[in-house]
Amino acid sequence: MADSEQREGMHYLESLPRRWVTLYIPLLLFLFFLLFPFYWMGLTAFKPNAELLSTEDNPFWVVAPTLEHFKKLFIDTSYPSWMWNTIIISVVSTFLSLAASVFAAYAIERLRFKGSHQIGLAIFLAYLVPPSILFIPLATMIFHLGIFDTRWALILTYPTFLIPFCTWLLMGYFRSIPFELEECALIDGATRWQILTRIVLPLAVPGLISAGIFAFTLSWNEFIYALTFVSASENKTVPVGVITELVEGDVYHWGSLMAGALVGSLPVAIMYSFFVEYYVAGMTGAVKE
Amino acid sequence: MNGRSLGGWLDNRNVLGMLFMLPGAAILVVFLTYPLGLGVWLGFTDAKVGRGGEWIGIENYQWLWDDSVFRLSIFNTFLYTVVASVIKFGLGLWLALLLNRHLPFKSFLRAIVLLPFIVPTVLSAIAFWWIYDAQFSVVSWTLVKLGLIDEYINFLGEPNLARASTIAANVWRGVPFVAICLLAGLQTISPTMYEAAAIDGATPWQQFRNVTLPMLSPIIAVVMTFSVLFTFTDFQLIWVLTRGGPINATHLMATLSFQRAIPGGALGEGAAIATAMIPFLLAAILFSYFGLQRRRWQQGGRDN
Repeated sequence: MADSEQREGMHYLESLPRRWVTLYIPLLLFLFFLLFPFYWMGLTAFKPNAELLSTEDNPFWVVAPTLEHFKKLFIDTSYPSWMWNTIIISVVSTFLSLAASVFAAYAIERLRFKGSHQIGLAIFLAYLVPPSILFIPLATMIFHLGIFDTRWALILTYPTFLIPFCTWLLMGYFRSIPFELEECALIDGATRWQILTRIVLPLAVPGLISAGIFAFTLSWNEFIYALTFVSASENKTVPVGVITELVEGDVYHWGSLMAGALVGSLPVAIMYSFFVEYYVAGMTGAVKE
Repeated sequence: MNGRSLGGWLDNRNVLGMLFMLPGAAILVVFLTYPLGLGVWLGFTDAKVGRGGEWIGIENYQWLWDDSVFRLSIFNTFLYTVVASVIKFGLGLWLALLLNRHLPFKSFLRAIVLLPFIVPTVLSAIAFWWIYDAQFSVVSWTLVKLGLIDEYINFLGEPNLARASTIAANVWRGVPFVAICLLAGLQTISPTMYEAAAIDGATPWQQFRNVTLPMLSPIIAVVMTFSVLFTFTDFQLIWVLTRGGPINATHLMATLSFQRAIPGGALGEGAAIATAMIPFLLAAILFSYFGLQRRRWQQGGRDN
């Protein structure tokens, strides 16, 4: 409390009108700009078609809300299986990446083996390789491996951006754990495995949560691999399914599209609301380290 | 340094290190390093979907060099990246400064500001698609009712309007990321520096110019490198909003590469376009590397 008072300094010297002009009004404009698309998404999802396609009524409100679009989404399309695919793929690739990253980060940061510094740098560079330049060669590999159009195609390729990210983040967390703790344990006869599982991991739990939920969100949001490596309707993920299957020629089912977008955003939004601090720590940590 | 007590472990530390690196390294070598090389190689072949390619040297690049759509996509990519990044930086820094001031519900505000960044881009792009609709756009509706325009705006139908619209959607998604990262940087600046500046009679602008900006510059370099990198290789937003249209006015290198390679079947040509992005990415990465280097001494030590 005292710290934040001090940090924000002499705000009480400002007059109220001045605060409105320099702070509250710009902030409200920002909030409007950033949140309006969500309001619009939510509103459209509950609007009956008659209201959607009317140019006369006030579009900012809904007179007779309906669940018709959600019904269409869940009954007429494969939405439930897209959802299920996305959940499985995100969870499995997140755990896979997290497990691989814990070992890699511990080795780079704590075992300090020969060349660990260079490997740490390589991990950072791998994090900077964008999916847009990898999807073509990966598509040919996926095809040759015979896992085209399966969940494995995505579960095995998502770690290419998850492992570098998680490793980089966890390296930062491991760095903050004092060496003395490990030294004491070594003197007491603990093995490296015991040190990792009994000392380092429990202390790095916040880092694991940060990396885990960030990785989950990244895989949930992934698009270009999912668009390229999967073609059968029942194997698609939510982002791909919504954009490829709910548009039939020139007929846009705006209500169902928005309902699909809303339902597809909810899991990450809910998880985010529970773990905001970890999420922010993960994002800023990856940039700051 | 590890200290002498760990000295005895030196022998098998390398072995154990390699063992621990194995799962992650295996996945990255197979699914990242190898495809990176494979992509460059494919760029020199005439591979098509369903058929391996023959080596054709730099024919793809010669062909692309004369291809006006490819040239347009380079121009578009630069325009999109530069304009969107500049706006994202300006608005992001402004928002960060606002959020750093004394505010009620501060952490709540910070949490909802980040929402555009965490929601799947494709799904929020659908909302923008609807906002930009030629017939039912809510923006057009409001402007017509206010009497500012007579006809509905064809946001995604006219080349320059489509460019502006996609950039606006990209800015919407990127501002929260820039703002929250810069806010984290702002919070590390000690308030005593502002007090010292204020006692010396510095105006708020001078405080910003001579305290905030220099202290923030290392993190600005890193955040903006990431932002430029993600904008330069953007695919999702364009694919959902315009698929590169109208008349290729919004095709970025990434979307053109996808269109030629996957629906078009010309894997070799698509790979060549993707490979052409690498030099620009390398420039961005080098910039980031030196940004990181600079940070260490500016934060005073911890240079181990």
